[in-house]
Amino acid sequence: MTANIWVAAESWKGRISDATYEALALGRELADALGGQLEAVLLGHGDQGLAASLGKADRVLYVDDPTLADATGEQASRALAALAGQRGPAVVLVPITNRSWDLLGLLPARLGAPLVNFCREAAVVGGGVETRSILYGGKMAVTVAAGSGPVVIAVLPGARSAEAGRGEAPPAVEEVALDLAADTGIRLLGYEEPEAGDVDITQQEVLIAVGRGISGEANLEVAEDLAAALGGAVCGSRPIIDQGWLPLVRQVGKSGVTVKPRLYVAAGVSGAPEHVEGMKDSELIIAVNTDAGAPIFSVAHFGVVEDATDLLEALAEAVKARKG
Amino acid sequence: MKILVLMKMVPDIVEELEVAADGRSLDREFLRLIVNERDEYALEQALVLKDRLQATVTVVAPEAPEVDDVLFTALAKGADRVVKVSGIDVTAGARATASALAATLPDIDGALPADLVLGGCQAIDDLDGFVAPLLARALGLPYLGLVSRVAIDPGGGSAQVLKEYAGGVMGRFEITLPALLGIQGCEKPPRYVPIAKVRAAMASGIIETVAATAGPAMPALAVTSMAKPEAAGHAEMLEGSARDVAAKLADILAARGLL
Repeated sequence: MTANIWVAAESWKGRISDATYEALALGRELADALGGQLEAVLLGHGDQGLAASLGKADRVLYVDDPTLADATGEQASRALAALAGQRGPAVVLVPITNRSWDLLGLLPARLGAPLVNFCREAAVVGGGVETRSILYGGKMAVTVAAGSGPVVIAVLPGARSAEAGRGEAPPAVEEVALDLAADTGIRLLGYEEPEAGDVDITQQEVLIAVGRGISGEANLEVAEDLAAALGGAVCGSRPIIDQGWLPLVRQVGKSGVTVKPRLYVAAGVSGAPEHVEGMKDSELIIAVNTDAGAPIFSVAHFGVVEDATDLLEALAEAVKARKG
Repeated sequence: MKILVLMKMVPDIVEELEVAADGRSLDREFLRLIVNERDEYALEQALVLKDRLQATVTVVAPEAPEVDDVLFTALAKGADRVVKVSGIDVTAGARATASALAATLPDIDGALPADLVLGGCQAIDDLDGFVAPLLARALGLPYLGLVSRVAIDPGGGSAQVLKEYAGGVMGRFEITLPALLGIQGCEKPPRYVPIAKVRAAMASGIIETVAATAGPAMPALAVTSMAKPEAAGHAEMLEGSARDVAAKLADILAARGLL
């Protein structure tokens, strides 16, 4: 086994994801500390051109195969495991995104390696990699002596800045041939884009985000009322989408979108990492939750321990009064 | 069509979580457990398919506090059979759980072969992996996760599923059965079942208990500490009645030109 750090690069619609650059920034630190090389592994078909933008890596290992165009987790994990078997990386960093979700689920089993999930921080301590993971919806942090023998580390969005993972010069690219002919039993039939016509929440200056704490669908009206008063729109965290109260295009975070409005009001949103990744860069964040220990209060600028609906109602009244 | 649903219990994070005296695990003395939310969607997806097809639904869950309530509720909702697997150390992690389940499922009469195995695609305590894909690998079944719609093709040899990508984009896939799907959502929220029906299931329903068969040993991760996360920052907390706080917030919005 080498001391090399791998990053499983992800591409989507012809570009490398920000999550990949974030993982490369973290990988660079680990590779330098371990005295190994940083290698980005890019899987695709006709995607050689994308390798040039992975310059933070010392080398890009590029596997081209028709089965790797829009690869599923089954195909990607087979390719990565086969390549890892030949090359022996110490650590494989996989960004936690919907795109890479199945890869990080399957790769550890194919490698016979442990996974350290939900990792926000990693460093080399005493010759091995030590990680900090966020568990229980953001309520606990866990330190793991992850070793390096080999280990798959799933990296939370925001662990590093994407900017820090972009390199200036194109890296060396090594094209690797693998035998990937086997049928996985899975066929991609196509992508379905969200229905047009709904509000694009990424374009709004003001967002009122509702979460489980809003309690009932009827209370959405209160959020709509405040959004209307402020000239914004209503969005939601996962439980609201699960209930069918808002469509998936209004979801902030993983599966949904990333937003950076001037004002983000998080009402009854607990602040699980998969939500926070989509809104943490908003200019002004106001959070209201009945749970004083809710993780949302560590990203918000102003916080209120209160029933979400009651506060939204009072705030709508106050805003309307000011506006006359 | 035979559908197997995997469910597991996780800590209820609405309650305050405390670290145990060992400094590296949860204090379980007062811990309240609830069913993993995504597993509830897996059950709902199975029951939606049962409503449409000739299907039987078997629910399998590792033994844990409160799991009986979850299994009786599954019966009340329409599951045909519920099985509790004893002897799985649920604190040992996803790898160990998947290994034990993979070894035990063949020992549960009639559970395998199943046409479709459904489990939640994630849980809040999945530090060392996700149970569903690990189990898929151990059983040699094709796997897709983040699935939020499932339809069985006529003939039953394959399923069409929608898988969530970012920004509301869905991938439509065809997957050969048998297969294991990691469920993220369903076309409708988990069905409501009146408490009287759950009580009736408790009175007349049966939870089968099966002892776990040991699978390949899966070492737990070397967790060296657990603590509440140190926040990089914290909100400035505003206190007072909803009305008073709303007035203060309106001042803040006005000062920033948001009114």
